[in-house]
Amino acid sequence: MSKDKITFTIDGCEVTAQPGQTVMQAADAANIRIPQLCYLEGLTPHGSCRVCIVKANGRLDTSCTLPAVEGMVVENNTEEINEYRRDLVDMLFVEGNHICPSCEKSGDCELQGVAYELGITAPKYPYQFPRRETDASHPDIFLDLNRCILCARCVQTSRDLDGKTVFEFVGRGPDKKLAIRPGARLADTELDITDQVVGSCPVGTILKKRVGFAVPVGERTYDKEPHPEQPVSE
Amino acid sequence: MNPEAKAFMIGVCREYGSDRTRLMDIVRRIQEQERHVSLEAMELIAEELGIESVEVRSLVSFYSFFSEKPQGKIVIRVCNDVVDLMQGGAEVSRAFEAALGILVGQTTADGKFTLEHTPCIGMCDQAPAILVNHVVCTRLSAAQVPRMVEILKRTGDPQALVTQYGGGNNEDERIRSMVQNSIRREGEVLLAPREAEAGLRQAVAMQPEDVVRSIKDAGLRGCGGAGFPTGMKWEFTRKAAGDRKFLICNADEGEPGTFKDRVLLTEKFDLLCEGMAVAGYAIGAQEGIIYLRGEYAYLQAFLESILARRRKEGLLGTEILGQKGFDFDIRIQMGGGAYICGEESALISSCEGLRGDPKTRPPFPAQKGYLGCPTSVNNVETLCTVACILERGADAYRALGTSQSAGTKLLSVSGDCEWPGIYEFPFGVSLHEILQECGATDAQAVLVGGPSGTFVDPAQFNRTICFSDLSTGGAVVVFGPHRNLLRIAGEYLDFFIEESCGYCTPCRAGTVLMKQRFEEVLAGRGNQSDLDYLVELGRTIKSTSRCGLGQTACNPVLTTIANFRPLYSALQKAPDDNHKASFDIYGALRDHEALAGRTSEIFPHTN
Repeated sequence: MSKDKITFTIDGCEVTAQPGQTVMQAADAANIRIPQLCYLEGLTPHGSCRVCIVKANGRLDTSCTLPAVEGMVVENNTEEINEYRRDLVDMLFVEGNHICPSCEKSGDCELQGVAYELGITAPKYPYQFPRRETDASHPDIFLDLNRCILCARCVQTSRDLDGKTVFEFVGRGPDKKLAIRPGARLADTELDITDQVVGSCPVGTILKKRVGFAVPVGERTYDKEPHPEQPVSE
Repeated sequence: MNPEAKAFMIGVCREYGSDRTRLMDIVRRIQEQERHVSLEAMELIAEELGIESVEVRSLVSFYSFFSEKPQGKIVIRVCNDVVDLMQGGAEVSRAFEAALGILVGQTTADGKFTLEHTPCIGMCDQAPAILVNHVVCTRLSAAQVPRMVEILKRTGDPQALVTQYGGGNNEDERIRSMVQNSIRREGEVLLAPREAEAGLRQAVAMQPEDVVRSIKDAGLRGCGGAGFPTGMKWEFTRKAAGDRKFLICNADEGEPGTFKDRVLLTEKFDLLCEGMAVAGYAIGAQEGIIYLRGEYAYLQAFLESILARRRKEGLLGTEILGQKGFDFDIRIQMGGGAYICGEESALISSCEGLRGDPKTRPPFPAQKGYLGCPTSVNNVETLCTVACILERGADAYRALGTSQSAGTKLLSVSGDCEWPGIYEFPFGVSLHEILQECGATDAQAVLVGGPSGTFVDPAQFNRTICFSDLSTGGAVVVFGPHRNLLRIAGEYLDFFIEESCGYCTPCRAGTVLMKQRFEEVLAGRGNQSDLDYLVELGRTIKSTSRCGLGQTACNPVLTTIANFRPLYSALQKAPDDNHKASFDIYGALRDHEALAGRTSEIFPHTN
């Protein structure tokens, strides 16, 4: 049984999807906004941040990994679901050290953008202030794990698009962290400024050196409205 | 690295065909021989397998049985599960610290001993228990510890600690263990007498589709805890496209308080193999894998020898029972000490030589499982039951239990009761009946389904074990009136934090926040708003987590708040001012006072 179109609803609006598309892809195509964070087009959906969670036929699931199914009833922009999303984004803020005023990604940071979008002014959970590592050894790229949200975009981009596997996760649970070759500094890896991985980071963990303030604060992606389009990343 | 070690490691890699998907086995072998997996070893393995060394480290750092730092020749792992702690586990730990002169987490200077804590090792019926390398020692007391350390120092051989065997196959020369089976109630299916291989013979006389139908008709549901209908899982796997299919037996029982599969593996392994062959026949899988938890390594040689015997007997391998086209064999995959690997898709990741991260679903394992092939993952007890159902017929099985929950269930009963052990009851048995039979007269609470299940209070002891009431993988832990239930709930929460894979936000970050506020409440600094915070945070973690671990991690707190509210109320003090009781003003001022070099004048210290 192969149909060339799938029809379902998101918050009562009828949406069509191609077979094989996820709820998020169909929503994007229909210009229906689903808040999202770890998702990056071109990569296998990771489904780890959980921010794009929706209720499909009464069951919560992440829209980035959920295939669209004929007749499916999806709830997206509801108070219940947005409350979950705020909680998740809050958790990410307090889990790391996100000091926006001193971060050069501020204004272009997708974590910040999704927080604006959800109306978060201050996290409701206590800051954890973890001790995290930084690595400034590379001539062109700066790595600051204080801001890492473990979204795996860099892990996947480096492995699947750059073919280098510069990054992987080590440890588990609250000790899980982003890592590079054991015993090495970033400068010792194959990472190059032209690699796609450099533009994959949603936050200020992987930064290009010397261009941090090329666009002044106040004129950046999220400075005027929460989610203009997709953020600008070269 | 010395040339011998290098040659050994390269040899191990090549023994597994330098196959990246066998990284678990490669790392495990190197860990056992070298006592750690050094950065150099990671580089070497990576080079041999054609991957990056950070990928090797990713795996090594995930499993608690692997270590980047050199461990002692003898690693003593003291079980610090709640039940072990209730029976003196902490005293045993301290005795080892004293006898070895190191703290938990350390290695002696001579490199002979490492002392660690480990979560439930499946010995709650004979707690406190420890693992000494692969050797299990049970029913310990602190008083025995100096002598044990002396024996280990003298012989260097953990097996020298075993002076008495535990009965049944534990006495077999391939096991030689002091572990006891503690079978307390032999029910009508799994522990009843039966004719060997009758289920398998019956199966091959039927069409595979009819075997699947029989299991569906019997109403069998997964016995590991999730309760998914087994026949349906098989049907999905059978019908999935692909020539190569797998059957995986989940022998990674890690839910604290569960030990039923240990007994089935020890005493009923032929039955399990029979059930696996039936399953292989039914779904069209030629390859079976038993994922055996690392803690049960003491059974490995025994299990391997039974597999070898069955191959000789024509019960495994090609043309089983002489049936043309019925080929099925089994290999054992050892785990590395990670609770999450009991989750079926995490288990598959682990079998593939990856971190034990659960996989994104869909696709489900039945469509795309091990190595991308259709795979059915079934629990040990489920597969044993399958053979029994084929032997006696679906109707006979269905006649047992209740209309919604057919058959019998093995329960692992432990904690404050007279007769801890394994009980086979028909579904529908009440907690009252279980407590009476195990000799628990004054239980304050019963934890059904382990910490991911429910703390039940005495007013609800008429509740029953079945899928429509208390659904469980089988762990039943009894707590007497003298136990501090909330402290216990906190220890279980620690367990989930420790065992979280860290993949998704709520389980990784949320559970830590949960524990922090829970500790405040426990310390008497909480009020109603803190309980509301815990309930709301718990709901978010439960609703948004990616897999069953996160979805149930807060249950120790949530179910005690629901069913033991007076215990929380007793901890709450009415705030004496307008400040939140959980806010510690003196703690908040401490750093600033240190910087300023004086104490606050508005909030002067009273002591």
